[in-house]
Amino acid sequence: MSSTGVSLSARQIVSKIIVYAILGIGSIVILLPLQWMISTSLKPLSHVFRFPPEFFPQQVIWQNYPDALSQLPFDLYFRNTLVIVILCLIGEVLVSSVVAYAFSRLRWRGRNTLFIVVLATMMLPRQVTLIPEFLIFRELGMIDTFGPLILPSFFGNPFYIFLLRQYFLTHSRELDQAAVIDGCSRFGVFWRITLPMSKPVLAAVAIFSFQFHWNDFFRPLIFLFSADNYTLALGLRFFQGTYGTEWNSLMAVSLVVMLPLIIVFFFTQKYFIQGVVFTGYK
Amino acid sequence: MTLPLRRFRLTWQQGEVVLAWAMVSPWLAGFLLLTAFPMVASLVISFFEWNLLSPPEFVGLAHYNKLFFSDPLPMHSLKITVIFSLASIPLNIVFGLAIAMLLNTNIRGLAVFRTIYYLPAILSGVAVAILWQWIFSSDFGLLNTALRIFGIEGPAWLGSKVWVLPAFVIMRLWSVGGGMVIYLAGLQAIPTDLYEAAEIDGANWWQRIFRITLPMLSPTIFFQLITGVIFSMQIFTETFIMTDGGPANASLFYLLYLYRQAFQNFKMGYASALAWVFFVAVLLLTLILFATARFWVYYEAESAEDN
Repeated sequence: MSSTGVSLSARQIVSKIIVYAILGIGSIVILLPLQWMISTSLKPLSHVFRFPPEFFPQQVIWQNYPDALSQLPFDLYFRNTLVIVILCLIGEVLVSSVVAYAFSRLRWRGRNTLFIVVLATMMLPRQVTLIPEFLIFRELGMIDTFGPLILPSFFGNPFYIFLLRQYFLTHSRELDQAAVIDGCSRFGVFWRITLPMSKPVLAAVAIFSFQFHWNDFFRPLIFLFSADNYTLALGLRFFQGTYGTEWNSLMAVSLVVMLPLIIVFFFTQKYFIQGVVFTGYK
Repeated sequence: MTLPLRRFRLTWQQGEVVLAWAMVSPWLAGFLLLTAFPMVASLVISFFEWNLLSPPEFVGLAHYNKLFFSDPLPMHSLKITVIFSLASIPLNIVFGLAIAMLLNTNIRGLAVFRTIYYLPAILSGVAVAILWQWIFSSDFGLLNTALRIFGIEGPAWLGSKVWVLPAFVIMRLWSVGGGMVIYLAGLQAIPTDLYEAAEIDGANWWQRIFRITLPMLSPTIFFQLITGVIFSMQIFTETFIMTDGGPANASLFYLLYLYRQAFQNFKMGYASALAWVFFVAVLLLTLILFATARFWVYYEAESAEDN
């Protein structure tokens, strides 16, 4: 890369070592909270409060996991969360890409004006409209149902509309026109050409949506009340309220709640990072 | 040949407009029902006293008067939320940039480092808040245990009026990787001939950073700043789980106060006034940032921009 050729000078070697050292220490600092979490989750409660604390558990109690998870119906919370997350994901990916297509590949008057409105709503903190939204869903009799959590996703999400539009704009219009001449309908162009060509960004949107709704706490807290409807986030909050100082159980359950997200991240991180880059870099 | 083509194009264009409106209609309906109408409605509700049980009662500007002058908590919570944001956002940008620059020096294992640094950025919500509550525990927590190795006796982070805000800033710094990935992509897109030319002209490392790297990254940094403000101002779950606003309201972030008024005290009118003030505050902060943009955000001449 640099013009000095094959051999590195002593100064370059030293600076390389410093860079690796800083990045290595940084990595440890980043991973330490997770290591601490795993370590605490496997300790007996008496060792959790031992001073000075142990970084690695001297006694490993795997039984902490089944014990903690059987305190509350976490399987039910898991199913509830999954239903909400999957329906939100379908709604957001499908509707946002339909809307983004109109904002990028079709020509019509008012397009730019309306797109500015999309950008403006992207900046709007959703809590500002929360109280009337709560009252609307109350009128509809949907409080303490999944409705208020799922339905908004089927109106599309401004952030994902923006993301998908930027991606669709990079496709050539000639391809669309060629397909129409070959007898493809307008909607067919979207469905058979644009969408299949946009798999990476669709994957990114799907992952973002999954991540957001999996972690979401604020809206379930406001719209769900009965324990049968709890999501994992609400269940975890309830668990914390009941077993507040049993840190080994709390860490075990918290880790189990995080785990699906970590697994999804490891298998899809290519799309994840591509998507993040696509949002922020521009 | 020309005649059928022209007829085809006419119907194509008309059809295109109809299809376009059909395709944006879900978003448009959502915007009208769940954004535009609620915006207006919350402004109207803010002029009423309403607990959902008895009919709303018009009180004029009383809620705004209370919010700014008689109830000390809204302005206190707005102040600490802004202080938290002013500390958290620059630190995240500086550390994110620094890590990205280190990763952009032709090192081996780039993908591994990137995965490690990015991992915490995907995690948030209740589980993370509970983890950090435990990390900040004064006697048995990870942070004070680590500090003791260096002979420092750390404070009772979440129990201290002074240290509770720094604790939240530290926690948010854990997800520094979110911005880092974006800066890294930005750095990789800077043409290397710029640096080569600068090197020939005798520019040193600092000059290259301040004259090339930062100006070229400034649009990216600006975008992170704007989204950072909107994101940090909305801090809620962490304080709800970890401190419940304490000690002595030292971590009573704005949305926690709004939540209590709306969904614990059922003061819908007062909470709506709080929501509108929050909206204006966030809007003002973003507008101030946009106003500063022309002094430091560098946009390349509009050349290869248009597709």
